Amino acid sequence: MSAAPIKPIDIKQSVIDAVIAGLLALIVFGPIVGVVLQGYDFNLQPTRVAWLVGAVVVGRFLISLFMQTPTGVRMSQGMERGGSGVHVLAPGHKSALRWVIPLVIVLALVFPVLANKYILTIVILGLIYVLLGLGLNIVVGLAGLLDLGYVAFYAIGAYGLALGYQYLGLGFWSALPLSAIAAALAGCILGFPVLRMHGDYLAIVTLGFGEIIRLVLNNWLSFTGGPNGVAVPAPTFMGLEFGRKAKEGGIPIHEFLHIDYNPDLKFVFIYAVLFLVVIGVLYIKHRLTRMPIGRAWEALREDEIACRAMGLNHVLVKLSAFTLGASTAGLAGVFFASYQGFINPTSFTFFESALILAIVVLGGMGSTVGVVIAAFVLTVAPELLRSFAEYRVLLFGMLMVLMMIWKPRGLIRISRTGVVPRKGVAP
Amino acid sequence: MMDGIFLQQMVNGLTLGSVYGLIAIGYTMVYGIIGMINFAHGDVYMISAYLAAIGLAVMSYFGVESFPFLMLGTLAFTIVVTGVYGFVIERVAYKPLRNSTRLAPLISAIGISLILQNYAQIAQGPNQQGVPTLLSGGWRFDIGTGFVQITYTKMFILVAAFLGMGVLTYIIKYTKLGRMCRATQQDRKMASILGINTDRVISYVFIIGAAMAALAGVLITVNYGTFDFYAGFIIGIKAFTAAVLGGIGSLPGAMLGGLILGVAESQFSGLINSDYKDVFSFALLVLILIFRPQGLLGRPLVAKV
Repeated sequence: MSAAPIKPIDIKQSVIDAVIAGLLALIVFGPIVGVVLQGYDFNLQPTRVAWLVGAVVVGRFLISLFMQTPTGVRMSQGMERGGSGVHVLAPGHKSALRWVIPLVIVLALVFPVLANKYILTIVILGLIYVLLGLGLNIVVGLAGLLDLGYVAFYAIGAYGLALGYQYLGLGFWSALPLSAIAAALAGCILGFPVLRMHGDYLAIVTLGFGEIIRLVLNNWLSFTGGPNGVAVPAPTFMGLEFGRKAKEGGIPIHEFLHIDYNPDLKFVFIYAVLFLVVIGVLYIKHRLTRMPIGRAWEALREDEIACRAMGLNHVLVKLSAFTLGASTAGLAGVFFASYQGFINPTSFTFFESALILAIVVLGGMGSTVGVVIAAFVLTVAPELLRSFAEYRVLLFGMLMVLMMIWKPRGLIRISRTGVVPRKGVAP
Repeated sequence: MMDGIFLQQMVNGLTLGSVYGLIAIGYTMVYGIIGMINFAHGDVYMISAYLAAIGLAVMSYFGVESFPFLMLGTLAFTIVVTGVYGFVIERVAYKPLRNSTRLAPLISAIGISLILQNYAQIAQGPNQQGVPTLLSGGWRFDIGTGFVQITYTKMFILVAAFLGMGVLTYIIKYTKLGRMCRATQQDRKMASILGINTDRVISYVFIIGAAMAALAGVLITVNYGTFDFYAGFIIGIKAFTAAVLGGIGSLPGAMLGGLILGVAESQFSGLINSDYKDVFSFALLVLILIFRPQGLLGRPLVAKV
């Protein structure tokens, strides 16, 4: 590309931009931020408005100036390009993950010995969101289906354990596969009719489905306990229990091992199983993306019409992604329920779906490493930024908008090692 | 008795439905013109409810007592400010994404929705807000053993909503702006070749949609009196349901869909179960999208290569 002609910076234009932005900001922020309702009365808060408007004016002025510099021009040109979906590396490229993955596994094995309960619970939560992010990443990132009711499958998994225990006497180990299957079935039943239609409608249907599940859980008092929630049994390990006293006729694990009672053991156990499941899901996903079905997901995401013309059964391909994603959420739900020991519908609101979506968007659609990092960042960051808890949703929203403008494909692009054609084969 | 309840729910349903229709217009116009579900539209409505309450509070503080003046002032204030909201949101969050991937604007809209909810919560506090009843009284008709009551507020809502829809239909059908909108909706590229500033038309569409949501915000606030920062979510999905029911992209469809949904929901909650009325609306949405995605008055979607 030839160098763009460098124009002198037009300060007057920037000032005009800034003034217009300031006026708009005054109209937008003035009433809502400046006049705080108190019953039918109100009090005025002009300083807050002044700060906001000032920030907008200065920000717009600086952006306007920056966009006129050569770097800014290049950036705005870079933004307009959508870019291709996959970044292809040179053949024979060795990924840094070769030594990162064993390192992470070793760290994960040592970790529970060193950590206290607080850190352990945060990491468990982070891993649950890794699982959710991975599942949604198959649906949104790889297959390009926007699922806004993903939390419904999570709820099915969690309530599968809680209600399964209450009515059928299921334990953690039997609920783990059964909840995954139940969530997958729900995904299948919802997905089959819906996946045939236009892409954007899927987002709304799944959103409606998510709300239906939440409202039913909330209103069906006699079956789900409604807003009061349900208690979830503690997990057991080969008949050994983690409580101080055995409840189900088993033996408490501290008596079995002849050690002192330690309430953290339950979390260490959940952590261990969860870690194994996450590794398993990561491996399965890694293999799937290299199989024909994984290639079909990505091809369908990039161009549905071309895929159908090539003879791909788009409904089955989409359905497989949707079902797999749903079953992963079901697994995560079981872990969440046993981790909390109690669940109610407030854990399964639309905000939860948006949070998981933010993980996928931030991490890079389709990128596994990105999702793992983003899941930890978005679950650990709120713990570190307790004083900003009020602004958490605001920050998530801004993050989503800015990411879409700046890097719609996420922070970490999907990359794939190229292949050298064999000798004698036409390229 | 049954008849009384049925007719009463009919009246409630029509009032509610006309407001759904107003909000649905915003969804349907934006979808028609740029093929995007403006997820933040419900929250624009929520902002307008706050603005309506603020307008009413400030005006009555300055001693405006008569209902017509209060209403006119509040309407003008709310519509203008909400229109600016629509304009700014489009400029900041959607315009930079015009040529991006298909999912990008939708995700950006979800971001805006979260931002607006949290923004209202921080600025105005998490508590429920309310306005007192401004227009009391109504007509009462005895029917058999039961009765039907039509309050003046409900009458006002119906009249105002239909007036708003009428003005909009006139604008779209007979003015230059309307012709530009329709041309852009049919073929954006061709319209811009013919000298229509399509970016500006898209901005106008967002402003019109926000203005209609503002009208709805004022009317609902006057009727129900209470709202909170989360109010836009549920009503947004319902208005979207109305838009889809009528056929997304079709203006009369949005109004018809709104009325049908409002009546169906009111009848369901009056005759069957009011706990599950939201479930009923969402289930209706899912069923329509599965069995008749083009809606009542819409044309089937054909994918263009």
